[in-house]
Amino acid sequence: MSRYLLLLLLVLSPLAQAIDSRQFANPEQQEAYETLTSELRCLVCQNQTIADSNAELAADLRRQVQEMLEQGKSREQIVQFMTDRYGDFVLYKPPFKAKTSLLWLGPMAFLVVGLVAVFLVIHQRRSRSSLGDNSAEATQAEKLAKIRRILDEEDAS
Amino acid sequence: MLKYLLPLILFIVMAIFLAVGLNLNPSEIPSPLLDKPAPAFAAPKLLAPTEKLTNADLMGKVWLFNVWASWCVSCREEHPVLNEFAKQQAVTIVGLNYKDEAAAAKNWLETLGNPYNVSMMDQDGRIGLDWGVYGVPETFVIDKKGVVRYKHTGPVSWNDVQTVFLPLIAKLQEEMP
Repeated sequence: MSRYLLLLLLVLSPLAQAIDSRQFANPEQQEAYETLTSELRCLVCQNQTIADSNAELAADLRRQVQEMLEQGKSREQIVQFMTDRYGDFVLYKPPFKAKTSLLWLGPMAFLVVGLVAVFLVIHQRRSRSSLGDNSAEATQAEKLAKIRRILDEEDAS
Repeated sequence: MLKYLLPLILFIVMAIFLAVGLNLNPSEIPSPLLDKPAPAFAAPKLLAPTEKLTNADLMGKVWLFNVWASWCVSCREEHPVLNEFAKQQAVTIVGLNYKDEAAAAKNWLETLGNPYNVSMMDQDGRIGLDWGVYGVPETFVIDKKGVVRYKHTGPVSWNDVQTVFLPLIAKLQEEMP
């Protein structure tokens, strides 16, 4: 019984209220507030969004987002406001720039390198196994010849 | 030969990357304010709340902007360094008393000494937000044109003062306003 209860709680936990839910008159603003606060990083507790964090700075940033939305500022204006002050680090999804290209393209480059390596290994194996039988026979014959030579030498002596 | 060398080379490259990553300080975030005009402010002075301090008051001077609070533990560590720094009279030191109570802040300055030429109050943290403050103490150097030239996050040590701040300030003092 308690196991099912635990499971139920685990399933329902994402429905838990944000630590600081704010009400907006306009549902669009409400939605913008919720997406923005879950995309901005709290700089004090760096692995939390400002929606999740209890830090005072996060509360200040939430208040700032709310005020700017109520002033009719757009999403882009708010994101710009934050990056002007805290840099790209405040964004959980950093923009694609020369400086962040390694971050964005790195995984792709690793994938390509991995695929090339797999292809080369398979190619090598295949060409070796097609040669395999002949070469095994050849070495067998060589060994036999060598043994015969040694035996012949012993007979001679 | 390559078959055995390649994994070794890959391992060394990865080890170097990880070692560098381990030694970086994640709380040091480069400030986007560098080489940009200092954010505008107009805030009441801590010791004279009826008067306001603005950027215009500091134009033509090289000044240090130090964010501090009486609740901040690292500020206590930094305070003697600032007191010593102030004695050198190399630069105007402006304090931002960040999210603090005026009475506690005044008490702090009375008991530990006041290195600031002037301190202003930022009780709701709005000025701090404009400066991108995320961890107190933070220290900025602003030149005669009102441009931010340097930012230090965390407590300033006497070594920082001698190797970074004093040489930079001497250079900025020579620039024309």
